[in-house]
Amino acid sequence: MPVTMQESTRSITVPPTARNTPPPRRRGSKPLLQFGHWWWALPAIALVIGVHYIATLTGGFFAFTNWTGLGDWDFIGLENFERIFQDPQLLGAVWNTLFLAFASVILTNVFGLLYALAINRMLKSRYILRTLLFMPVVLSPLAVAYVWKFIFQFNGPLNGLLGFLGLEELQKVWLADPVWSIWAILITVVWQQTGFVMVIYLAGLASVPVEVEEAAALDGAGIWGRFRHVTVPAIRPSIAIATTLGIIQGLRIFDQILALTGGGPAGATETLATEVYKQAFSLGQFGFGSALALVLTVIILVFAVLQQYVTRDRSVGKV
Amino acid sequence: MFRYTKLTALREALVWLVTLAGLLPLYILVVTSLKSDQEALTTSAIAPPTSIDFGAFVEVLTTTGRNSIPMSILNSVIITAGAIFGLVLLGSVAAYVIARRTRTWSTLTYYLVLIAIILPAQLGTVPLYIGARTVGLTGNALGMILLWIGILLPLSVFLYASFFRGMTTEYEEAAVIDGASPTQAFFRVVLPLMSPATGTVAILAGLIVWNDFFNSLIFLGGSETQTLPVAMYTYVGGLVSAWNKIFAVVIISMIPILVFYMFAQKRFIQGFAGGLKG
Repeated sequence: MPVTMQESTRSITVPPTARNTPPPRRRGSKPLLQFGHWWWALPAIALVIGVHYIATLTGGFFAFTNWTGLGDWDFIGLENFERIFQDPQLLGAVWNTLFLAFASVILTNVFGLLYALAINRMLKSRYILRTLLFMPVVLSPLAVAYVWKFIFQFNGPLNGLLGFLGLEELQKVWLADPVWSIWAILITVVWQQTGFVMVIYLAGLASVPVEVEEAAALDGAGIWGRFRHVTVPAIRPSIAIATTLGIIQGLRIFDQILALTGGGPAGATETLATEVYKQAFSLGQFGFGSALALVLTVIILVFAVLQQYVTRDRSVGKV
Repeated sequence: MFRYTKLTALREALVWLVTLAGLLPLYILVVTSLKSDQEALTTSAIAPPTSIDFGAFVEVLTTTGRNSIPMSILNSVIITAGAIFGLVLLGSVAAYVIARRTRTWSTLTYYLVLIAIILPAQLGTVPLYIGARTVGLTGNALGMILLWIGILLPLSVFLYASFFRGMTTEYEEAAVIDGASPTQAFFRVVLPLMSPATGTVAILAGLIVWNDFFNSLIFLGGSETQTLPVAMYTYVGGLVSAWNKIFAVVIISMIPILVFYMFAQKRFIQGFAGGLKG
């Protein structure tokens, strides 16, 4: 083999005739290294299109009909939506949905962030604390709601505590109270979800270099100043994730309401999710139920997009 | 300069106090479930039982009939296991070809999956229910498994695809050079290397399916096949203030998850923090 080896560069040249590379492949021939078969993706594509796209589009179409599951149906345009926005009970459900979503996002984020900040640095037992606080997140929302149902009942621990503190006048049947029942649901949700938000913030806080915080402290920044100018900019992506996921989850709260109040008293704790269930599946009004689901879907999409826009990184383009 | 000082110790004690106070509901849950019928009604919620009484658990676990708790546990296990198996199998092969190929169709498929993750599921529930009812897939475990695979596949494909993108192709190349077929290379070499992704998919999907109430209520409503949350809902609805029994059901529904959580809590937490933010 005529191999030339030059001492100066140590390069090896192989003449074309001696090379063992395959000829350039024609288009369409089998590639040398094949990563699976293309049809492996087919079952997944079919299921995703069927369960997500076709179902959602069909649901969107149902929203404009008066179908009841059997027999004839008519295309009735916007009639379902007029009915929704003229019915005080359903409008109340829209407000309850928004109230639960926003109040739960605000509370879980405040508590979750405070807790994450409290255990983030130097606590010896921070891993076990994290494990304990995250535990409610993995439990079934329905099961958690029953625990709180016990706490909120009239001769339950909450009223017991109020009585012990001498605040008997505050005792009430929490879950049958038109004003307070929704707060009871809110507390149940916040108790369960705070650990989830905390974990997102802990992941974000891990990216804040301790040196920067120390430098800021040496330069005379107080706790608030360090939080405001060092921590917050670093955890901005975490804030975006925690609030967006929280809004989306909060808008679809269902299990807790069914377990705690069933939507009562007198519809005071109905949300769009419970109304969708009641109209479509208890009353068989598939058309009207779909219209409610469409309203909920639009609200979810609007807030998810808005949230992304508000919390995205604004340092780009700004001073 | 940040050192463990007396102030830090104070903070640690304070955090423990807050955490334990926060977990008080779980303490109440456990002590109440261990009380006798009489004691559950008369004693204070935070008082421990005078003698540990497993009567409530025995009664719950020996229920029979349509909403039998043991049967519903079996159904929940079948549905959860079936859904996880399908999600791992279909999700991993689909994500593999999507991630490894650079054609237009694979990019389009990836976006199809991404949009499906964002798309809220509520609107599709009614048509899915009608479709499933038409072909006889409501009220049985098979229909429920298929439904869950469909609902959670986007999440599974997305998680696997991001793992595959971060993995070099050298292992597959080595396998193929040694004479493995694409199927062998995937199932014998690639998938075993993907066990962190498989773990994340299994934990997230398992939690969602096991804890789900809404979909089970709709798609299994009124049938012989009930999952644990629905059976719990019906069972509790028939009990008035028998809190020791209610809490026994609640604890039984929590135990499998808590056992997994104890063994793999790091995985759970990372899976949630990393997986759901996608």
